[in-house]
Amino acid sequence: MARSTVHIVALIASLALVSNTSAEGLAPYKIVGDGIAESLTGSPGDPARGRALVLARTTTCILCHSGPFPETRFQGDLAPDLTGAGNRWTVSQLRLRMVDASRFNPDTIMPSYYRNDGLVRVGRNFTGKPILSAAEIEDIVAYLATLRN
Amino acid sequence: MNFWRAIVLAALAATAPALLAGEIPPDARRSGYSFMGPDTRAMQDDDSSNPGMLFVLDGEALWTKKAGSAHKACADCHGDARSSMKGIAARYPAFDKALARPVTLDQRINLCRANHQQAAPLPYESRDVLALSAFVAHQSRGVAITAGDDPQLKPFVEQGRNLFMQREGQLNLACTNCHDDNFEKRLAGSPITQAQPTGYPLYRLEWQTLGSLERRLRSCMTGVRAQAYDYGAPELVALELYLMSRARGMPMETPAVRP
Repeated sequence: MARSTVHIVALIASLALVSNTSAEGLAPYKIVGDGIAESLTGSPGDPARGRALVLARTTTCILCHSGPFPETRFQGDLAPDLTGAGNRWTVSQLRLRMVDASRFNPDTIMPSYYRNDGLVRVGRNFTGKPILSAAEIEDIVAYLATLRN
Repeated sequence: MNFWRAIVLAALAATAPALLAGEIPPDARRSGYSFMGPDTRAMQDDDSSNPGMLFVLDGEALWTKKAGSAHKACADCHGDARSSMKGIAARYPAFDKALARPVTLDQRINLCRANHQQAAPLPYESRDVLALSAFVAHQSRGVAITAGDDPQLKPFVEQGRNLFMQREGQLNLACTNCHDDNFEKRLAGSPITQAQPTGYPLYRLEWQTLGSLERRLRSCMTGVRAQAYDYGAPELVALELYLMSRARGMPMETPAVRP
């Protein structure tokens, strides 16, 4: 009896670990419906910083996406044009798409930008780190929300 | 939360067409050449402007140069490469009986150096090994690729195929995601090719030098922020073998020029 209680406690503890959205080192977030309603940092992002981040090669956005960026010549066409993204998606939906697009389509080629587990053979310099920080995701989400036409 | 994830996934799977990795049908296969602009094509086509030909000429000189404590040149055993090496590169990587695994052309050159010339191995990506492999592979220019036909290679081709299909790295992308499913689309302005390795070693304008397929594979792995395999690693050889078998029947172009 005592042993089975221990088992149940251990089982509950392990379930809590499995369902915890905050992998080690990541801010916790809560998925509600098809989005993440609350900011990962607790405060709104800065759209101007977000635009600069989208255009920076290191964030990888415009390797695949194009958008209203007349000053940038080399944009990708592997993924939808970001023009009008703020019409198509709410802030909450944009945030979850940035955090983990594979929740919408497991076969998507869009990386999960806020994830640091379940990956194979990650390069030494990137091990245990998400592609983007919580603050960077908030800045980009804030910028994408302004893309309305 | 996992429960909700399962529901969302199930709902999406029911409504959205799955983008499954699809292999390219034989008649739809295209060399990287066909994705290039006219200037780069012209550079490859004209031997006097193809910078890879300088390596081929260096390789030709090395072919007849005695090396190692055995004081033997490649030509002392293999004779005139124009006949003895014709079609050889088109079937590499090939199964090595002593090692019981496939070896690349570069590895074969170093096995010859060790076993027959008693010479030190040439380092991966060194000018001499690239020159020799370019010279040998050039003898197969226009010859249809037959790599992977040896039944002993089957498990290694399968290993390479599995690696090609496996997502990896911080960006969590597999080779197939771009090179089977999205070729001809543009990654940051450059067309994605089908990854048909018809012209290696090849002159890459971005590198400003000749390079091996292993170098190219390693730079793709670094691109998806994966830990690249070391030169000569069995995984890289298996990937090279799979890619060559995937290009079966396509003509060799060595030395190709690519952007």
